[in-house]
Amino acid sequence: MTTTTEGPYAVEAHELVKTYPKGVRALTGLSLRVQPGEIFGLLGPNGAGKTTAVKILTTLAHPDSGTATVAGQDALRHPGRVRRLIGTVSQRSSADPVATGRDNLVLQGRLYGLRGAELRQRVTELLDRFDLTDAAGRRTRSYSGGMQRRLEVALGLVHRPQVLFLDEPTTGLDPEARAAMWDEIARLAGEEGLTILLTTHYLEEADRLADRLAIVDKGRVVAAGTPDQLKGELHGDAVHIELRTTLDETAAGTARSALGRLPGVREVTLDGLRLSARADDGAAVVPGALAELTAAGVSVATVTAARPSLDDVYLRYAGRRFAEADADSDSTTQTPTGGAR
Amino acid sequence: MTALAVDTWWLTGRRLKALVTQPIFVIVMLIQPVIWLFLFGSLFRRVVELPGFGTASYLDYLVPGVVVMNALAVNMWAGIGTLEEIERGTLNRFLTMPVSRSAIMNANVVEQLVGTTFQSAVIVLLGGLAGATYPGGPAGVVLLMLAAVLLGTVFGALSNTIGMLVRQRESIIGINTFLLLPLTFLSTVFMARELMPGWMQGIAAFNPLDWAVQAGRSALSADPDWGLVASRTGWLLALAVLSVVLSTRTFRAYQKAV
Repeated sequence: MTTTTEGPYAVEAHELVKTYPKGVRALTGLSLRVQPGEIFGLLGPNGAGKTTAVKILTTLAHPDSGTATVAGQDALRHPGRVRRLIGTVSQRSSADPVATGRDNLVLQGRLYGLRGAELRQRVTELLDRFDLTDAAGRRTRSYSGGMQRRLEVALGLVHRPQVLFLDEPTTGLDPEARAAMWDEIARLAGEEGLTILLTTHYLEEADRLADRLAIVDKGRVVAAGTPDQLKGELHGDAVHIELRTTLDETAAGTARSALGRLPGVREVTLDGLRLSARADDGAAVVPGALAELTAAGVSVATVTAARPSLDDVYLRYAGRRFAEADADSDSTTQTPTGGAR
Repeated sequence: MTALAVDTWWLTGRRLKALVTQPIFVIVMLIQPVIWLFLFGSLFRRVVELPGFGTASYLDYLVPGVVVMNALAVNMWAGIGTLEEIERGTLNRFLTMPVSRSAIMNANVVEQLVGTTFQSAVIVLLGGLAGATYPGGPAGVVLLMLAAVLLGTVFGALSNTIGMLVRQRESIIGINTFLLLPLTFLSTVFMARELMPGWMQGIAAFNPLDWAVQAGRSALSADPDWGLVASRTGWLLALAVLSVVLSTRTFRAYQKAV
């Protein structure tokens, strides 16, 4: 794991293991360290274990083994202390739909012990800041998706937490609302001392927001660092070749070795219809690659050569394409106990 | 303890405010008992001519029954609300906050208590306007409400337990639909005990709804059987405590399984 400075960390998880009833292995030894004041992204497909990790760090769930420290407090031994220091923003709108935006914020503040003028001032400030002042007296049921999400973030900030957990902050938002939320999150991180840990299954979101990120696959962190570090470790461009037909095992071997023979080409992988490789100079490899594949009798649909993306990083560390892992988990992973996503 | 009281206060306030700001909801909830009161009151008006009712006015006999039936019919849906809070993530948000866990459960019970008391009072009042008399006086009315609240607590807590366990509104709907009419008709809500078939009387003896009707009706009568009132209220109290303990246990299990 790459770290730029040594603790104390805002969040530190060590070897977290969590198995749900019916043997669903949500975490298989997840470790991460978040520096104070940074935006840390947990990137992974649905079902990778991000939400479970956040549940443990926010004192909701208890791991089978491992340790978790949040804002300097042991989250497993002293959950009560951690709860005062963190704010959480869930995937869905958890606000009371029949209460107004202001009432939701006031209740939240009261439950954290705010009273009187201090509470009123804080609520007014948050409504203003999240552009909800005009809608403050309306029931949140009538809010748009973007407004509900902004209220949700405001709820998490009422008591000025040290660490804010954002679980999939833009899932289900339209592109415009998503962009606005990104600006908001980036702005929040600029605030004094606020550390943000967000989970996302959008590569673009992680790339754009996170100072550092950890790629999560099958319940553990497979790579961590700044987005640039992670992309930089790939050394070279990505060459992606889309095939017309799926290959049997022999043909797959032929295609892989045909590509691998080219100078400067390495890390050849075949994932369904997608043949990928790294190359020192991607564009220069394309003509040769086409020739070799045609000679080997493999029919090619498209070829692209590009600078590495986080998708490439994911492929490298998780051994499969991001979108595919995401689709996989959607269709095969049953989330435990109904609403536990 | 103070944190518990304070958190209970705010969390209950949230729920009651939801009721107060939606008066239409409260009115709709009252339509059903009112219909029972006047529909059954008119339909069975002359049934008191048979022996066993102990009153000359069927409405007098019916009001405690409707109060108790309403307490059951309303509170048995509590689990749907709990389920929605789980699905929405509201419950989990509270759990990541320094909120007393018991206060979250208490808020359910206190809301139910206030709601049932209010509705019972309205039914008693409407019954009075329609001509029912309450020889037991205010003390009798209070005891009837107490019985209704305890019964509501039993079924509210059980409904919450089911909501947390099965996480499916269909299950709650199914169980409630299955339970409401048998529990009501296997009791003395509409019919005097002496007029029920023997096997029905046998079952009614174990029906908490019937305990509540017996206690409330006797307390409201001119000559209350205090032994009966005390024993039935006591049984209801014991059952209410058991149910709340069960729902609290289930809530703890829920917290462990998040």
